[in-house]
Amino acid sequence: MPGPQPVEETKVTAVPVQAAGLLKHASGGEVPDRIFKSAMTLCGLAILGVLVLIVYELIAGSRLSWHAFGFKFFAASDWDPVNEQFGALPFIYGTLVSSCLSLIIAVPLAVGVAVFTTEMCPKALRGPLSFFVELLAAIPSVIYGLWAIFVLIPILSRFVQPVLTKTLGWTPLFSGPFFGYSMLAAGIILAIMIVPIISSITREVLMVVPQHQREGVLALGATRWEMIRVGVLRNARAGIVGGIILGLGRALGETMAVTMVIGNRPEIAKSLFAPGYTMASVLANEFSEATGNVYVSALVEIGLALFVVTIVVNALAQLLVWTVTRGQPARGHA
Amino acid sequence: MTGVAVLTVVLVLMPLVAIFGYLLYRGVGAIDWAFLTQTPKPVGESGGGMANAIVGSALMLGIASVVGVPFGVGAGIYLAEFGRNRLGSAVRFTSDVLNGVPSIVIGIVAFAILVMGRHFSALAGGLALAIMMVPTIARTTEEMLLLVPQALREAAYGLGIPRWRTTLSITLRTATSGVITGIMLAFARVAGETAPLLFTALGNQFWSLHYDQPTAALPLQIYVYALSPYDDWHRQAWAGALVLIILIVSAVAAVRYVVRHGSFGAA
Repeated sequence: MPGPQPVEETKVTAVPVQAAGLLKHASGGEVPDRIFKSAMTLCGLAILGVLVLIVYELIAGSRLSWHAFGFKFFAASDWDPVNEQFGALPFIYGTLVSSCLSLIIAVPLAVGVAVFTTEMCPKALRGPLSFFVELLAAIPSVIYGLWAIFVLIPILSRFVQPVLTKTLGWTPLFSGPFFGYSMLAAGIILAIMIVPIISSITREVLMVVPQHQREGVLALGATRWEMIRVGVLRNARAGIVGGIILGLGRALGETMAVTMVIGNRPEIAKSLFAPGYTMASVLANEFSEATGNVYVSALVEIGLALFVVTIVVNALAQLLVWTVTRGQPARGHA
Repeated sequence: MTGVAVLTVVLVLMPLVAIFGYLLYRGVGAIDWAFLTQTPKPVGESGGGMANAIVGSALMLGIASVVGVPFGVGAGIYLAEFGRNRLGSAVRFTSDVLNGVPSIVIGIVAFAILVMGRHFSALAGGLALAIMMVPTIARTTEEMLLLVPQALREAAYGLGIPRWRTTLSITLRTATSGVITGIMLAFARVAGETAPLLFTALGNQFWSLHYDQPTAALPLQIYVYALSPYDDWHRQAWAGALVLIILIVSAVAAVRYVVRHGSFGAA
């Protein structure tokens, strides 16, 4: 693992272009170089190809539903396969609420863990700690779901829900009866799942911040906390935002764990105690059982919408990172 | 402030301990010889096992790795070494986008391309998983290659070593531990994936070693059993979960060990 080691700037005087060309010729690397470059470029292009294929298939598959419902598809909230009336609003709502909830819970925790591992904890503890957090990332979502059904939901209904109702029951968010299978359960399980993503990326970014940056801030008389805030976190902002966005992306599309605990009811409820439904879970539950072309097409359109949302999220992230770093690559040699 | 940081660590590690503790508590007693060697019994009968699912998972992960790793590493090399241009940016952006594409959407697309009009198959499942591996591997490979000091490359060029040799034997070699970590992360993520297999591999109650037939997979079986009303199936779901987690964790641990103790140091 790359540690926070001071990398000395190397100034290499430019080799005259002609001489470099001669060298290349002399070593006979011209043709293999070209083949190598094309092969690698092909691998890169394959990624573009896959994306184009996905876009094409999703658009082609959802055409029927698009013609039948148009934009109303995303504003209507009735989901009635029997009468072939389809509106995706409850699923969009469920996806957004569960993801936001999970970010609210996960981001402070993840950044805290990353700061602790890189800046505060004894060196001997660093390895094991990051290994344990990485282990969280390695647990498959279906196992999170299994655990949530048999452990998390009972805990929530026995200990957490009474407290929340007592203290925050007056807000619409925590009102009404608790169903166990709920938006709250989905948000919490999602938070547990995205913490390792955000924290491992944050940790990596923090470790890349040069040591002399820390020493410099400390030398100016900063406390350790000020050093972390000014010297480390501010420098690593772009990377941290990137990590958070990656976490959000995973939360938006997470399927299995959410499907197993959210209750799968296509209704828009204000309370986090009520069951909901997400775009991903409706696909998981109904795609293989859908009968009728319009039904299948409506599901593919939800898939398309989910896909577009993730693209927008990612593009936003890139834009954000770009403005923060002012067009400079965050790190790199070019 | 230190107190707050410690608190976050405790809060994050708590679910980890709870999950592994409960997995061991429910899983260890549930794994028996029959579970590892037999196929599922018909609905309602207790006993039987997930042997076909374990083998099916291995088959699909094999397909995914064989396809995904070379493409992923290749794309990473392209991005790091040749990708400082518009096409490179496009590929970089695309792979970030692909990384964020929900696995269930990839399942739908794989269904539309590879399954519709044919069989549900292990091949379709494996390829869906491969698609998920590539962007992760590509981006981590790129990042790790970029961490290799430019001076190393220049030193190699200075010795008259052609670019492809430099990239493979100097740059990639130096970054090996990082690249392997990326591959390992992609593998671990994909090993437990259920969503893309729902409409591609479908699952199977019987033995199937054919790449073009519906195939059982461990995560699929866990999902189905977890939502079933039968206690014995719940037991087997926990057993399956424990087997899956042991496979994944040992893969992660093995790679960490190799990386730490292998001949190549960290980048």
